[in-house]
Amino acid sequence: MDQLVFAAEVFMNGLMTGVMYALVALGFVLIFKASGVFNYAQGVLALFAALTLVGIQQGQVPFAHLINSIFGTHLEYFGWTVPVVLAILLAGAVMVLLAFLVEKLVLQHLVGQEPIILFMATIGLAYFLEGLGDVMWGADIKNLDVGLPQGISESIESVSANWFGYGFFIDRLDIWAAIIAALLVTALVAFAQYTKQGRAMRAVADDHQAALSVGISLRFIWVMVWSIAGFVALVAGIMWGTKSGVQFSLSLIALKALPVLMLGGFTSIPGAIAGGLIIGVGEKMFEFFIGPMIGGATENWFAYVLALLFLVFRPQGLFGERIIERV
Amino acid sequence: MKRKFIALLAAGIVAASPALADLVVPNLSYRTGAYGANGTQYADGFNDYFTLLNERDGGIGGEKIQVPECETAYNTEKGVECYEATKDSGALVYNPLSTGITYQLIPKVSVDKKVLYTPGYGRTSAKNGTVFEWIFNAPANYWDGASVAIKYLLDENGGDLNGKKIALVYHNSAYGKEPIRTLQVLAEKHGFTLTQLPVDAPGQEQKSQWLQIRRDRPDYVIMWGWGVMNQAAIQEAANIRFPMENFIGIWWSGSEVDVKPVGAQANGYKALTFHGVGTDYPVYDDLQEYVIEPGKASQGGEHVGSVLYSRGMYAALVISEAIRKAQELAGTPEIDPEQLRDGFEQLDITPERLTELGLPDFGPEIKMTCDNHGGSGMSRMQQWDAKAGKWNLITEFTEPDQDVLKPLITEDSEAYAKEAGVTPRDC
Repeated sequence: MDQLVFAAEVFMNGLMTGVMYALVALGFVLIFKASGVFNYAQGVLALFAALTLVGIQQGQVPFAHLINSIFGTHLEYFGWTVPVVLAILLAGAVMVLLAFLVEKLVLQHLVGQEPIILFMATIGLAYFLEGLGDVMWGADIKNLDVGLPQGISESIESVSANWFGYGFFIDRLDIWAAIIAALLVTALVAFAQYTKQGRAMRAVADDHQAALSVGISLRFIWVMVWSIAGFVALVAGIMWGTKSGVQFSLSLIALKALPVLMLGGFTSIPGAIAGGLIIGVGEKMFEFFIGPMIGGATENWFAYVLALLFLVFRPQGLFGERIIERV
Repeated sequence: MKRKFIALLAAGIVAASPALADLVVPNLSYRTGAYGANGTQYADGFNDYFTLLNERDGGIGGEKIQVPECETAYNTEKGVECYEATKDSGALVYNPLSTGITYQLIPKVSVDKKVLYTPGYGRTSAKNGTVFEWIFNAPANYWDGASVAIKYLLDENGGDLNGKKIALVYHNSAYGKEPIRTLQVLAEKHGFTLTQLPVDAPGQEQKSQWLQIRRDRPDYVIMWGWGVMNQAAIQEAANIRFPMENFIGIWWSGSEVDVKPVGAQANGYKALTFHGVGTDYPVYDDLQEYVIEPGKASQGGEHVGSVLYSRGMYAALVISEAIRKAQELAGTPEIDPEQLRDGFEQLDITPERLTELGLPDFGPEIKMTCDNHGGSGMSRMQQWDAKAGKWNLITEFTEPDQDVLKPLITEDSEAYAKEAGVTPRDC
């Protein structure tokens, strides 16, 4: 009986962890859907967005180290702090500016190139952005506090203790992540379905040439999609940054999104959510039941095994579009 | 034109190379990547101490010290590249601050005859100088740390850990696995149960491990972490309301960057250390006068006094004292790595000498010999005061259980000697 109750707790935590993975995966899906580009830099975008948010919030002088070493000054902070909402809006604006620059300086020059070339460009972009983030905001670990609660949810603990005789652990931050992810997905789906720009985005995703022929600006769509992906990266950065501080290992969360994408499909927003949940629950349950028998630390590799198993039966992922090529 | 270019290039290379008579101590650092926040502070302390010696004393024995820096990003391949790129520049000694890089360099330095100094990290059994001629890891190694942690818990429990449950949360790497063997032997000796909980790098996601800790309710948790794994673990411990005073980290899990992101909830967390904390030592006045105020501090001196800065500085101090000893033995200030090895093997940093150097009671006495490259292994416990934002030392330097450790070190080093075809030296 105890094992069953513990397994239920692990299952619920798996779902919550899955939501955190899905938040990262969403950014990949958006860009892939609209441009067919696998954006290697998505993890670094989350890092850059979170660094920018903390920097703005704490009134940090950007490029302070560089300025100080050139001019011999001792700049570090402006001496003010920015309220959370305004800081998020400003960080969002920086991500839009970044999207514009990416389109102008990278993508525009690669129109018509093979997807692999665009993919390579995003690898370069990832390394560039990581370096830029370092030079701009420094390598120190930064505390991110946007007012999200953390720690055990006592109400869930007491309710489950009454029902099962064992209080479940659910992190309040994970509950908030689930709520925010649900709102984000609803907003993204509504945007894609019911707005002119959203329909244009879907048209570009379906067929670049056909979309161009009816007057849709490919450049505008790319800037828009990269801006939205930047905003999604900001949300993911906030969630992961609140969990363990904003630091450069944040970019590695992209590794957690890969099996989610393989499983959910690269082109489906609901697929990213479902994939995240399946990976989250799968890896946690495997670690709970099998992990102790084989020495533990199974989660990183098991997520990929699970994704590969799905690929055997559905190569396009759970919700991906079936690729039919006629000869 | 072509000739002019070649002449300019040659002039540039000569200008960039250390002067022939300089003492060259490359700094294989990492300021970028997932572990950059930790590596930066250590590298700053390492650089600044040598800058202090150059500025205040004119170097060591009249010889200036060059500290060329090479970025490894905590990546083993890059670390080896850095080693290869700098070894012919007259390099005397390496301190890569990475167990992974250390394992790769051990066979290389033995062939190239370079000293490898790995204080508090690397291969524990390198303490056996008869097998590891070129490696030194004083003042303490991982097994010393594991033993001192258990000794501390024994003291806390009236000398009896029988029936207690201890969980080890560790970085699933060569580094994190180092203490397992020692802890297993100590568990047998003292009758406690050891649960091993590996965490895959980088360690941002540890829900499974901490849910298990919540279910199993161990009396104590010991951690062998690095980088984000530390912050995530301390946060998860706070989330499940694990008592922080029963949570002990190794010295690589006990710096400001590990606890500050968790805020007030990290209060009471403990960690081992093999050196003092804070800036209340005379050497910091000299650093202020000769390095920081004249604007010569590494990265502007923003990390001065942090745990990792102090550790980097301490590593530089031990190296500089070994150089001094080597110069004394060789009768010349211009020494080579073989002479430096001799200097390390006859090094004795007494409490009096540490006081002369401006760091009274900062570290344990470091006395090395031909067969003992690891010193006494003494370390002490520190505890985080979240309100004051500082670490406090809560024990004196404690000696590890050498009865347990000596046979383990002999066993492991002899196995290495057999595997690598090394004939142990007579000491």
